[in-house]
Amino acid sequence: MGMMKIFKRKKIQGIDDTHYLTLKEEIRISKENNKIIRQFERRKARRNVDESEYLTQMRDPSNVVEFDELHTYFYTEVGTVKAVNGVSFDIPEGKIIGVVGESGCGKSVTSLSLMQLVQAPQGQIVSGSIRYKASDGKCYDVTKMPTSEMLKIRGKDIAMIFQEPMTSLNPVFRIGEQMDEVVLLHDSSATPESARKRSIEMLNLVGIAMADKVYSSYPHELSGGMRQRVMIAMALSCDPRLIIADEPTTALDVTIQAQILDLLRSVMNRINGSIMLITHDLGVIAEMADEVVVMYAGRIIEKGSVREIFHNPRHPYTIGLMKSKPGKATQGERLYSIKGQVPNPINMPDHCYFYNRCDHRMEICSKAYPEMLQFSPTHFSSCYLYDENKVGDTKNVKESE
Amino acid sequence: MWRYVIKRVLLALLILLGVSALIYLLSMLMPADYIDNQTSAALANGSMTQDDVNRLKELYGLADKSFGGIIKSYYSWLISTLSGDLGFSFLYGKPVTEVISDYVWLSFLIALISFVLQTVIAIPMGIKAAVRQYGVYDYTVSVFAMIGTALPSFFLSALLMNVLSIKLGLFPLQGLTSATIVFAKDAHLEIFLDKAWHLVLPITVLTVLGVGGTMRFTRTNMLEVLNSDYIRTARAKGLSENTVVYKHAFRNTMIPLITSLSGMLPGLFGGAMITETVFAIPGIGYMALRATQQGDIPFIMGYNMFLAILTVSGMLISDLMYMVVDPRVKLS
Ligand SMILES: Nc1ncnc2c1ncn2[C@@H]1O[C@H](COP(=O)(O)OP(=O)(O)O)[C@@H](O)[C@H]1O
Ligand SMILES: [Mg+2]
Repeated sequence: MGMMKIFKRKKIQGIDDTHYLTLKEEIRISKENNKIIRQFERRKARRNVDESEYLTQMRDPSNVVEFDELHTYFYTEVGTVKAVNGVSFDIPEGKIIGVVGESGCGKSVTSLSLMQLVQAPQGQIVSGSIRYKASDGKCYDVTKMPTSEMLKIRGKDIAMIFQEPMTSLNPVFRIGEQMDEVVLLHDSSATPESARKRSIEMLNLVGIAMADKVYSSYPHELSGGMRQRVMIAMALSCDPRLIIADEPTTALDVTIQAQILDLLRSVMNRINGSIMLITHDLGVIAEMADEVVVMYAGRIIEKGSVREIFHNPRHPYTIGLMKSKPGKATQGERLYSIKGQVPNPINMPDHCYFYNRCDHRMEICSKAYPEMLQFSPTHFSSCYLYDENKVGDTKNVKESE
Repeated sequence: MWRYVIKRVLLALLILLGVSALIYLLSMLMPADYIDNQTSAALANGSMTQDDVNRLKELYGLADKSFGGIIKSYYSWLISTLSGDLGFSFLYGKPVTEVISDYVWLSFLIALISFVLQTVIAIPMGIKAAVRQYGVYDYTVSVFAMIGTALPSFFLSALLMNVLSIKLGLFPLQGLTSATIVFAKDAHLEIFLDKAWHLVLPITVLTVLGVGGTMRFTRTNMLEVLNSDYIRTARAKGLSENTVVYKHAFRNTMIPLITSLSGMLPGLFGGAMITETVFAIPGIGYMALRATQQGDIPFIMGYNMFLAILTVSGMLISDLMYMVVDPRVKLS
């Protein structure tokens, strides 16, 4: 017993409870993790995998990317974090898809899964598929691709822009060197001179006035907004089919934010590709996106066109999000915020994850997880409120209290 | 930049002054001074009287151990030191500077060789361990590094001497030259090889002791770098894992490594007191230990000032190297 006090036990903190792991549990978790991780890593490291193993068919040929029941877990020392837990949505060609949700709901992990960049070894794509249509019309399942093949897609067909422009560029290399690198890597006909020309062209394109000077600067010599422009320029340099922008403006000043968003939109017209725009800012979504995916605790709880989500939100969580938008509150009124917390990602309940925070919860909501309901060709939400088969024979828990 | 250097040097001088006063005080307060050590036998068998001893102490400036007396003699030591004269070593009967310059090179040679070996071994190991964090390689290397770091040098020396010299007879036990072989005057190569052979074990000990620290340092830094945003960016570009690790991560890991390793360079002149003594290698560390045991105050002071200067210049070099290797750092 004394030992238990001496060694600080790992703890799992939930909403209502804090659970300490016993040494036995810890050892069991670590053993299981190692076994699972080793399997996944071995699969990714395989060489000379036949293409047929990861070739597949798009469900809809007008999409660039289709997420299908994606599950991405982190095998941590306190248990398995189901960061992405059954996510399905499409990114059509030439569209901007907004992904919203509060921080920690799995937006970044979803996008990193598409790049096979989830932090290994603890982070692994466990099941589901991510179909990607290459420019030559071939369709790959990213989740089955060996890393060596994935390298050809990263940075070339799918490029990423990250949240933190201050730390996303390597501090010891000049901007030019970091930009040329991508061009030289993916364009086998590129020479150092042509790469340089291309990089400077891209810097001009993103509205950097003294491109030559910036080209030979170190990242620390530029402001945050400038660095984010550099990141965008770098993402553009290989004419990607999809740009993933993971909270590209969150770390920037408000005025710079607007500039960067404008830039992204104009860029999008130019490259004729798609953008997966991740943000927790509904204002950004309203301004930029064509379609919206709302995530909550690793799942999609609602998706639809911007009109549908903003004018006719269905899920209580989405409705709450709309209400908590700063623009909505009139002067002097307190900003609305959804009460309660996201459930502990390690011990996810079997029922709807929003149950504890929901104002409309019913008896059935504590049973099986609700299925996706369709409201229009594009509008989906998973909530029992709209399930006609179920809603009739249950009563609102709130009312009965 | 020069203003920075001058500021640092002035600060260093201040530190050296404090250090010297402290060491002087401590050396003077040692219970048995040089004369006591030298005369105890003669005093015991009656060939010297206490008066003789006191006269000798007077002669050596060790008679007045009151606080005022210590300050007075420290002051005269300081004045002569500032004029570049570190005095005469009681024990070695030569100017302190001469003793240091005679013995420092052997120590430096040993330290330099093991420093190079240690760096060449530790850095690749640290990187590989970081890349395979929590893998078999990482655990194995970490355990050996920990053992190497934790072993006291005299224990490791004794172990190697026992097994490799005494039991297996592969290496000479102690000293720098073989007493049993008579070399011809012009057999330079043989003499050189003989000496080199004597140095294998001490160098091994110093290398083994040093590898762990550098390896852990490399590993920690590499892990930190590998978790940074720009490494994720590098991967998102489609670069191979080798390029990510050995170009993007390595350059950043090298910043703290180069600065700390270059800061260790001056220290290589300081001598390895314990290892040199165990192997009876006549380096500066060995000489200093003997001088300290005997209470040879001029040498103790001279040697410690030498060490303090090495340390301070190590820190200065380290700072300046930061400016050289890290484009973000502008010293002011
Ligand atoms: N490297 C990691 N190790 C363990 N858990 C992680 C890691 N990265 C993310 N997670 C977990 O995955 C969940 C989703 O994270 P993320 O996708 O980054 O959220 P966000 O929606 O804010 O981008 C979080 O609960 C987070 O704790
Ligand atoms: Mg995120």
